[in-house]
Amino acid sequence: MEIKVVRKVLDVNDTMAARNRELFRSKNVFVLNMMSSPGSGKTTTLEKTLALLAPDVRCAVIVGDVCTTNDADRLARSGVPVVQVNTDAFGGDCHLAAHVIEKAAMDLDLDQADLLIVENVGNLVCPAEFDIGEDARAVVLSVTEGEDKPLKYPLMFRVCDAALLNKTDLLPHLDYDKAAALENIRQIHPQMPIFEMSARTGAGLAPWVEWLKDQVKHKIR
Amino acid sequence: MGLALQIVEIAKASIPAQLADARVQRVNLKVGKMAAVVPESLRFCFEVITRSTALEGAELFIEEVPVVARCRACDHEWTLNGPVFRCPACDGVNVEMISGRELDIVSIEVEKD
Ligand SMILES: Nc1nc2c(ncn2[C@@H]2O[C@H](COP(=O)(O)OP(=O)(O)OP(=O)(O)O)[C@@H](O)[C@H]2O)c(=O)[nH]1
Ligand SMILES: [Mg+2]
Ligand SMILES: [Zn+2]
Repeated sequence: MEIKVVRKVLDVNDTMAARNRELFRSKNVFVLNMMSSPGSGKTTTLEKTLALLAPDVRCAVIVGDVCTTNDADRLARSGVPVVQVNTDAFGGDCHLAAHVIEKAAMDLDLDQADLLIVENVGNLVCPAEFDIGEDARAVVLSVTEGEDKPLKYPLMFRVCDAALLNKTDLLPHLDYDKAAALENIRQIHPQMPIFEMSARTGAGLAPWVEWLKDQVKHKIR
Repeated sequence: MGLALQIVEIAKASIPAQLADARVQRVNLKVGKMAAVVPESLRFCFEVITRSTALEGAELFIEEVPVVARCRACDHEWTLNGPVFRCPACDGVNVEMISGRELDIVSIEVEKD
């Protein structure tokens, strides 16, 4: 016997995300969801970004990690409030879900923040599906990953608002086809800005930080 | 894992009260080709979390939905074969996805024993 259901699998998460979005709006805080494969450089980029945003933009961070607190410790050194979410406690999930963000946000004083940055779990699959109530999404891709990565994870590159091509300091040592990588991203999301940078040396970070400041200004004015 | 859990929650909640002890044989899903779903891992997670439940052994049937896009500049609509969001009619890039992101439970099939 067949029983009609017709429901979105992510119904519950979408509802929670809408609630988060409403909370962030009422607190006048802009939320950025940072995603990437493991090790592409989210934390390093964030450390540098936070340093460049201060003191103009008041930041707070939620960092998701499968089991360690290393990233939270690194980010806390920037002097911004950091909440660490160990997704292990939620069944070893490979993404941050909206209810996890809601809970983590309670540990932050959002009245004191203009920008909340969420470092998602290193994974290009599930985080693309799980809305957390963010205003913008950024994906970090490093030049040590394959040029065809965007094609393998097209939804991630389609739903993001900015792409960061990181570790450009390594280019002289690699035979990475940067033009091909850029073209692959552009095919999926032609209008998306792509920022080439080295989070290690700091080269190329300024345009990204300006873009982010602009986004924040637009929402919270 | 998150997706499989949601599927199981919805499927369980969809079993009518008068069939409370029924076994679910099949769960029918509609999944867009752009959805970030790896069918093998979804099936694997589903199998693990449904062990010793009313859904144990149920088949996850996935109907794939093609990616259809529409150009906002010239209204052209087409089915994508790969992730290339550029209008084949006018070369425009202001393109919206009409379908291809679906991740829906359509129905469940139950058998009373
Ligand atoms: N050469 C070089 N190495 C970098 C750069 N950015 C990050 N790394 C290195 O890459 C490694 C991973 O960087 P993280 O910033 O921890 O990456 P992540 O994306 O936060 O990693 P997970 O949170 O584990 O997914 C570290 O060893 C960094 O020092 C860069 O621009 N150039
Ligand atoms: Mg990290
Ligand atoms: Zn067109």
